[in-house]
Amino acid sequence: MDEIYGVFAQESRENLTEMEAGLLRMEQGDHDAETINAIFRAAHTIKGGSGVVELHHVEKFTHTLENLLDKLRNGEIEVSSDLITALLKGCDHLNALLVLVEAGNLEPDPVLDEAGVGVAEMLKTFVGGSGSSSDAPKSQKLTETPGGEVHRDGTNVATGDCWHISVRFHEHVLTMGMDPLAFLRYLLNLGEIAHMATVADKMPPADEMNPEACYLGFEISLRSHATKEAIEDVFKFCRDDCDLHILPPNSKLEDYLHLIESLPEESLRLGEILVRSGALTKEELDEGLRRQNAASRLSVGTDIPAPQLGEILVDKKMVQPEIVEAAAAKQKQVAEKKTAEARLIRVQADKLDQLIDLVGELVIAGASANLLAQKSGQGTLVEATSVLSRLVENIRDSALQLRMVQIGETFNKFNRVVRDVSKELGKDIDLIISGAETELDKSVVEKIGDPLMHLVRNALDHGIEPAEVRAANGKPVKGRVELNAFHDSGSIVIEVVDDGGGLKADKIQAKAIEKGIIQPGQTLSEQEIVNLIFEAGFSTMEKVSNLSGRGVGMDVVRRNIQALRGQVDVKTEVGVGSRFVIRLPLTLAIIDGFLTSVGDYSYVIPLDSVVECLELRDDATRGHMLNLRGEVLPFIRLREFFDVEGAPPTRENVVVISAAGRKAGIVVDQLLGEFQTVIKPLGSLFKHLRGIGGSTILGSGEVALILDVQALTQLASQTEERRHPIAHGAPALEAR
Amino acid sequence: MTEFATQTTTDGAMHLILDGAMTIYNATEIKNQLLSGLNAAPILELDLSHVSEMDTAGFQLLVMAKRESQRINHSLRIVGHSPAVQEVIEFFNMGAFFGDPLVIQARQE
Repeated sequence: MDEIYGVFAQESRENLTEMEAGLLRMEQGDHDAETINAIFRAAHTIKGGSGVVELHHVEKFTHTLENLLDKLRNGEIEVSSDLITALLKGCDHLNALLVLVEAGNLEPDPVLDEAGVGVAEMLKTFVGGSGSSSDAPKSQKLTETPGGEVHRDGTNVATGDCWHISVRFHEHVLTMGMDPLAFLRYLLNLGEIAHMATVADKMPPADEMNPEACYLGFEISLRSHATKEAIEDVFKFCRDDCDLHILPPNSKLEDYLHLIESLPEESLRLGEILVRSGALTKEELDEGLRRQNAASRLSVGTDIPAPQLGEILVDKKMVQPEIVEAAAAKQKQVAEKKTAEARLIRVQADKLDQLIDLVGELVIAGASANLLAQKSGQGTLVEATSVLSRLVENIRDSALQLRMVQIGETFNKFNRVVRDVSKELGKDIDLIISGAETELDKSVVEKIGDPLMHLVRNALDHGIEPAEVRAANGKPVKGRVELNAFHDSGSIVIEVVDDGGGLKADKIQAKAIEKGIIQPGQTLSEQEIVNLIFEAGFSTMEKVSNLSGRGVGMDVVRRNIQALRGQVDVKTEVGVGSRFVIRLPLTLAIIDGFLTSVGDYSYVIPLDSVVECLELRDDATRGHMLNLRGEVLPFIRLREFFDVEGAPPTRENVVVISAAGRKAGIVVDQLLGEFQTVIKPLGSLFKHLRGIGGSTILGSGEVALILDVQALTQLASQTEERRHPIAHGAPALEAR
Repeated sequence: MTEFATQTTTDGAMHLILDGAMTIYNATEIKNQLLSGLNAAPILELDLSHVSEMDTAGFQLLVMAKRESQRINHSLRIVGHSPAVQEVIEFFNMGAFFGDPLVIQARQE
């Protein structure tokens, strides 16, 4: 039973997301009829679903929302920013209702209800003067007793146990190539037609009758466990070409009366038809039940025994109809789930992790076998192991692929954030998203949301200046915030860019001194000063606003990102804007490495960051710089850096690496070639080591260290900056 | 294509045989045939045993013919239902409307 509500809430949430996205698009000036239709459909589906699971407070609220959307769709009211705000508020309220449902709270919450009334009132003001008249839905009015309660008092309920479908086809359906017969026959796929009455009252006398027009209508009792949507879907293709009314089983007597009133034929005749179809009187039901029992005795265990039993139980007043309905719905759900499972398999994340761990071990074992084969010098063995290692590589890639998800969903969330926040701040700001299809590890996606949210809010609040300031500075009044994602040398880069005022280095420095983060006499490069904003306890904004300043500083952002083995940087220019760049490793477990050695030790450089390898020639170097085809390249000697004993060989090699837009050289003794590397994290004891990202185990069983390329390039250029302080502006420029 | 054949039986009834499909594609033609058949004699025997296909339009024509016959006090008898015809009439639950004993016979077969 809970499962039904869970599924309802989940589906509704998807529909809500769609509504929200559509509303935001409309506000941006998308007046496509399809957009508003999609929004309307989403609202309608939620309403229908809530009716089926009998959450009438949800249904009632959605109905108000739908009314407004309907007016909007028919062009009776104009799209305005206020209207969209109201509708979005409606979405929010629905979301709140769904949260409650998910928590298992099916009764309307008085506090929330009150809020809902407020929102509904606001929505109604947009409907305009004729607002209240549209309150009665045109069709499909479900049970809605005053006060929205969900009571079933036996006396008031018609005893029909079937869906009642009432359909009148429009005259032109036949000429449009649709055959009502086909639609009705399709109903047999959903269940059993207990009774069908063909109504041909509309047909004119023979001389006036157009043989190609359709004059037929049908009253059908359908014994089925299908949902209302499923039944509606049968008529999907002719939805606009017929009048369709569907009443669920056990509908109230009033609903039938409503139906009779709304149909074109004479009430008495219809009542007769309904009685005949078994929808209305107790006697009819009893008789139907007896017939059915007899039939089921003839065909034991064939068709659908359980619901028949349910009907009998209901009839004997042993269980409440709701319970039987819920049970039946559950049966159906199980069946539907089975078909969905055929396409998607749900796997627990830790099982996947275990698989990736095993693949990691496989990679190590494969490397070891490879090494032994090469040592043995047997051609066939080498060949066999190389095929094996290729396959292992493929397995590794597909295993990692299983965990990859697109970042787009995370990004799209920010559309709403930017809209709301900019409204709140009275700024006009556009959000531009690029690279939404970039894939990254699921666990990373989950954890990146909060830091991103903080950066975006910061950009909106502190980054973008108020409109007057922008105008005075000759910038477009409309602010711009970008979210970009792309792959760059083995890592994924997520950028939050704004075209606001930028960070003022002098202000930051003053603040840092005030907060005791740096000493007054300390000389720092501009980049270093800007990076101070990531230090704990730093906030430049004098006024703590509603948005930022919630006690979460940039230091938390940096910590969160570092926990993902990533790093965050800021590039800024006063008056032009800031660019926060988050770099994250693509995967958390296995990388393609480039194996090198210095003395007796092996070092792995992530292959994606390797640009080229060359011989180190003394005549091309000066200090820790070398001339790479006319370009100045800072380099680091690993032998010096890690204090490796022994004399360097006569021929040293340089591996040119690039990270975060900078290049650097790493001088090693020997190049050993490509190597699949399973990253083993270093223990917490080593976490302060600079320049090392992790360790791995070689085929021979030895341990090799994985170099942290970003730290090394930074180190290389910083060393140069320190050594030649006059030239310190140059690398910073290059970085931009 | 639907073919029509008429003959007069011994009791003065018009016997009309429809051969082919009773669908929207030839609805106008069938309508005219049915009406002229109904008007030609007090009793129209409609032989549908060779009807290969029937859609909603075809079914409507039968309803129209039945009503017209009642209006002008002629009688319409459907003799011989092909499986296609029988299936549609039963699906629409209209056997009683036509009231042909033959329908019931056909059902029992």
